[in-house]
Amino acid sequence: MALLEIKDLRGGIKDQDIINGIDLTVDRGEVHAIMGPNGSGKSTLGKILAGHEEYEETGGTVRFQDKDLFELTPEERANEGMFLAFQYPVEIPGVSNAYFLRAAMNERLKYRGEPEISAGAFRRLLNEKMKQVDMDPELARRPVNEDFSGGEKKRNEIFHMAVLEPTLSILDETDSGLDIDAMRIVAHGINQQRTADNAMIVITHYQRLLDYVVPDYVHVMYQGRIVKSGRKELAFELEEKGYEWIREEVEAAG
Amino acid sequence: MEAIETLAQQEYKEGWVTDIEMETAPPGLNEDIIRFISAKKNEPAFLLEWRLKAYRHWLTMKEPNWQYMAYPPVDYQDIVYYAAPKNTPQYNSLDEVDPELLETYDKLGIPLEEQKVLAGVAVDAVFDSVSVHTTFKDKLAELSIIFCSFSEAAQEHPDLVEKYLGTVVPYRDNFFATLNSAVFSDGSFCYIPPGVRCPMELSTYFRINTAGTGQFERTLIIADEGSYVSYLEGCTAPMRDENQLHAAVVELVALKDAQIKYSTVQNWYPGNEEGKGGVYNFVTKRGACKGENSKISWTQVETGSAITWKYPSVILQGDHSIGEFYSVALTRNKQVADTGTKMIHVGKNSRSTVVSKGISAGNGQNVYRGRIQVLKKADGARNYTQCDSMLIGDRCGAHTFPYIDVGNNSASVEHEASTARISEDQLFYCKTRGISTEDAISMIINGFCKEVFQELPMEFAVEAKKLLGISLEGSVG
Ligand SMILES: Nc1ncnc2c1ncn2[C@@H]1O[C@H](COP(=O)(O)OP(=O)(O)OP(=O)(O)O)[C@@H](O)[C@H]1O
Ligand SMILES: [Mg+2]
Repeated sequence: MALLEIKDLRGGIKDQDIINGIDLTVDRGEVHAIMGPNGSGKSTLGKILAGHEEYEETGGTVRFQDKDLFELTPEERANEGMFLAFQYPVEIPGVSNAYFLRAAMNERLKYRGEPEISAGAFRRLLNEKMKQVDMDPELARRPVNEDFSGGEKKRNEIFHMAVLEPTLSILDETDSGLDIDAMRIVAHGINQQRTADNAMIVITHYQRLLDYVVPDYVHVMYQGRIVKSGRKELAFELEEKGYEWIREEVEAAG
Repeated sequence: MEAIETLAQQEYKEGWVTDIEMETAPPGLNEDIIRFISAKKNEPAFLLEWRLKAYRHWLTMKEPNWQYMAYPPVDYQDIVYYAAPKNTPQYNSLDEVDPELLETYDKLGIPLEEQKVLAGVAVDAVFDSVSVHTTFKDKLAELSIIFCSFSEAAQEHPDLVEKYLGTVVPYRDNFFATLNSAVFSDGSFCYIPPGVRCPMELSTYFRINTAGTGQFERTLIIADEGSYVSYLEGCTAPMRDENQLHAAVVELVALKDAQIKYSTVQNWYPGNEEGKGGVYNFVTKRGACKGENSKISWTQVETGSAITWKYPSVILQGDHSIGEFYSVALTRNKQVADTGTKMIHVGKNSRSTVVSKGISAGNGQNVYRGRIQVLKKADGARNYTQCDSMLIGDRCGAHTFPYIDVGNNSASVEHEASTARISEDQLFYCKTRGISTEDAISMIINGFCKEVFQELPMEFAVEAKKLLGISLEGSVG
């Protein structure tokens, strides 16, 4: 059974579909890159999968770890092992990053019927993960994302992912807004978390990230559909030629 | 915003209605009733005179009419102004008590024995409140601290009462304070002698007793030179009261080098979703830093009552005196909280800090009304005010009315304000990390209130946090 199986998914906002029939199967151990022009529905796909209330599925099915995804609340999806790294991470004033993560961690443990993590064990875990993603310890003490720079916010998303060890991570443009060094560090952090048991969907506009985080598959989204899929070479082709030829292909076919 | 709606509509975790046998006066207010109250309490003559002066003045006053405080007219002739409660237990065991109420107590972490007393269950000899009371009193007596009911003080320490009563809140002060001065039922009296540091938080032990306090409480606390006291009022346990109108008066006096820390948690019945049946909480609280280097801190967590009207204030008379006000006020359903503070700088280099956190949910309305007044002679006076509002949902409101009145050029007055809304995006972000809406809101709210909570005594802070969580809890799912 695949980790994630999306069949003919449709959905969007009230009275308007943004996703118009997506099929995608993700197995454990795989990294899928999703590319595509602005406004093609990449973030919307992530939000529907993670369960944002503003978006609604209107057709198709999604199975995650052999469960009907739409039967699960957003927090259940998270506690089942799904993770969404936001294109625009949200600030939570007054709540320290470390405190927030510990709460998230304990929710997860509770969901799985395991005892809460002790303060000491959690501190050790945080230290280890901070090293892994080269995170300034100061950022763990500060309120979640508040007054973080754009790059720090993105790095914090990867830090959350490292701590929570999800089985399926959807990374929405985690590379945009990062300087060259930060991109390398973030990519390194992502790679460290690749195992045979988990999988990632990496949404990006840039081939550069994929130099570091080498995908097994690359998909191109256009007007709410996956219009082309291939291996990592497809990303090079896109980098070189842009999206115009994809548009032409779609129009010729359609 | 569906989740937020359910939260906002969450019913008050109900208090209880006791049916205490009462020795009561007939309803209504006139000089005879006041004489009756005073006689019942065996009061010295000066006190009766004072009550009568207040009453006569009250007759000439008009009820205030504030913008955000519309409430149905109160019939002052329909109120019973004297009722002596008899503490006879209603139940034989906790099994007979409303399970929902017990659940709330559990959530608040109130010890079993205290739950019994709160719920009106007969208690074991071990936890006989009289014996607790006695050991407690012995300890205080060793230090010559006086801590007793106001009635007792009027009889045993009339000189102190006469010297300080009405020196901070005069009987002419305002409509409700004047009414209180005429008819006050009881309350606490506390005197800390010079140089004594009160070794315990006063009134934690009395939580149980204060649970039954009346409509017109009167509290007077005097910290003599170089002394210190921390006083806790109220309790997190939900309180239901038949009496709609509560008009308490609290007076604090801090002499040279003395410090008073006064913390309140207020959770009176706020009424149903429509606001029906809730308590009107019109309180006058004021402290006077009479001596130099004296300090008065007010910390309050207000979650109950249909309408709250309350401005704990400090008159900074002494040079180098310090006044502080830390407040969290939460309103939901149709609740209204009109609260804030007045800092009146008289002394040189006097300093004040105001931190107000208003949280509104549902149709709740939160008003911050503050006045910083620096008198002409208050060279080097400084004030810092921070006034933050948090809105949950889009039908609630927050309003800020800061008045600043500076009569001295060397003074510095700073005001910062912010308004934040708990957004659907924040809640979604939390959910993608596995944190439910309910937990996310209470986490955000606790973060928002941190600066105030850290001013509360530890134990109280823990309870206050839980209380906010419970107050905002909803049937999300
Ligand atoms: N809440 C919303 N209300 C109205 N329109 C929306 C909403 N969410 C998404 N859309 C529209 O749906 C389309 C897809 O948006 P989406 O954010 O998924 O694109 P994207 O592929 O992630 O783009 P980008 O590469 O710029 O991040 C856009 O046209 C966008 O304006
Ligand atoms: Mg996007």
